[in-house]
Amino acid sequence: MCLAIPALIKSIKGQQAVADIEGVTRDISIQLTPEAKVGDYVLLHTGYAINIIDAAEAEETLKLLRELGEAADN
Amino acid sequence: MKFVEEYRDPELGKKLLERIHQRSRKHTRLMEFCGGHTVAIFKNGLRQLLPPNIEMLSGPGCPVCVTAAADLDKAIALSQLSDVIITSFGDMVRVPGSSSSLQKAKAEGADIRIVYSTQDALSIAKDNPEKSVVFIGIGFETTAPTVAASILQAEQENIKNYHVLSLHKVCPPIMKAILDLGEVRLNGIICPGHVSAVIGSRPYRFIADDYHIACAVSGFEPVDILLAVDRLVEQIEGDKPMVEIAYRRGVKEEGNLPARRLMDTVFEAGEADWRGIGAVPGSGLNIRKKYERFDAEKSFEIKIAPSREPKGCICGAVLRGVSTPLDCKLFRVKCTPESPVGPCMVSSEGSCATYFQYEGTNGR
Ligand code: SF4
Repeated sequence: MCLAIPALIKSIKGQQAVADIEGVTRDISIQLTPEAKVGDYVLLHTGYAINIIDAAEAEETLKLLRELGEAADN
Repeated sequence: MKFVEEYRDPELGKKLLERIHQRSRKHTRLMEFCGGHTVAIFKNGLRQLLPPNIEMLSGPGCPVCVTAAADLDKAIALSQLSDVIITSFGDMVRVPGSSSSLQKAKAEGADIRIVYSTQDALSIAKDNPEKSVVFIGIGFETTAPTVAASILQAEQENIKNYHVLSLHKVCPPIMKAILDLGEVRLNGIICPGHVSAVIGSRPYRFIADDYHIACAVSGFEPVDILLAVDRLVEQIEGDKPMVEIAYRRGVKEEGNLPARRLMDTVFEAGEADWRGIGAVPGSGLNIRKKYERFDAEKSFEIKIAPSREPKGCICGAVLRGVSTPLDCKLFRVKCTPESPVGPCMVSSEGSCATYFQYEGTNGR
């Protein structure tokens, strides 16, 4: 029920946006994420973007995970 | 899919598991609050992969499952009114109320339409100006802002025939209620990822501060969940409970401020009825007076008989983490996803449906 999937914003018109979800295009509402820009990934839930995905944090987490992995190797 | 595949990397998962096995010493009981996490844990067989001293319990985080029979009876009563179109998310229509379900009401002629989004419900309202369209609002803080947004849009566009039956619930008060019941002793909680995308991580602080229970907000891919477990193990072994975000790409400490503001504009906290748990103060969202013309409970006169729970169903105990579906005599025998007796078997994220699908393969 609280499922949300990443969607890539392709274009924006007011509070509506066109988003790409794995090659499928959909109209979504960005009323809850007014700061979303074209090129951002958002978390899409029941037709609404509920948050903007933070790409820098995603990178940081993966880096941390790889480091944890290395630490476990030692 | 970007931001998904990376977190399914079996190598990263293996390293995290090794780390957890190396570090976890104490007997540890964790509860995943969210039904989405339950499904992800079972689907990936994580329970079996974790060390035996880590016990995993499922919590009440399936909005469909926790909807009280009395609230469903209200939705069904609304569907019986003339010139009313009911719009609802799909799972909800199959959930049994006291004596019927929306699905049965539909088969008997009520106009009930499944929608994917409140946007669809608004379109139906615009297309049917001579009818009243009621959206059955279920869901936690993930969904409530989208429903708030639809009410504001109805106001802006002057869509007068749109109404919401708000059965929305919020998470922190029910977490507190479960802890206060004292039926299950927990060492850590895997906090819901997409609820937290909206509310942030601060509302869980009382769990670490007052109850001395570790908290980690988790995403929904296997590596996300293992990272959350790793953070919880670290806190528990070091005896330093706090609230960590193990889902930083999706969750900020302060949550999503515009979404929170919108939710706050339309809703105010009130008591809500939880299946198997009862009334919990402050755990529901009522539509504020300013928007009461969109409130189905205020706009329609409905009467319901005292509610009944399905006989033999122990959903309530399952939702509180006290029992597992395996403890239910009806599980698999009389209660299956094709013919569900209780709500925990209806929703694909319900514990009973999840056990039905995965237990014996990956469950433990
Ligand atoms: S198996 Fe069916 S009857 Fe038993 S608790 Fe689950 S939903 Fe209720």
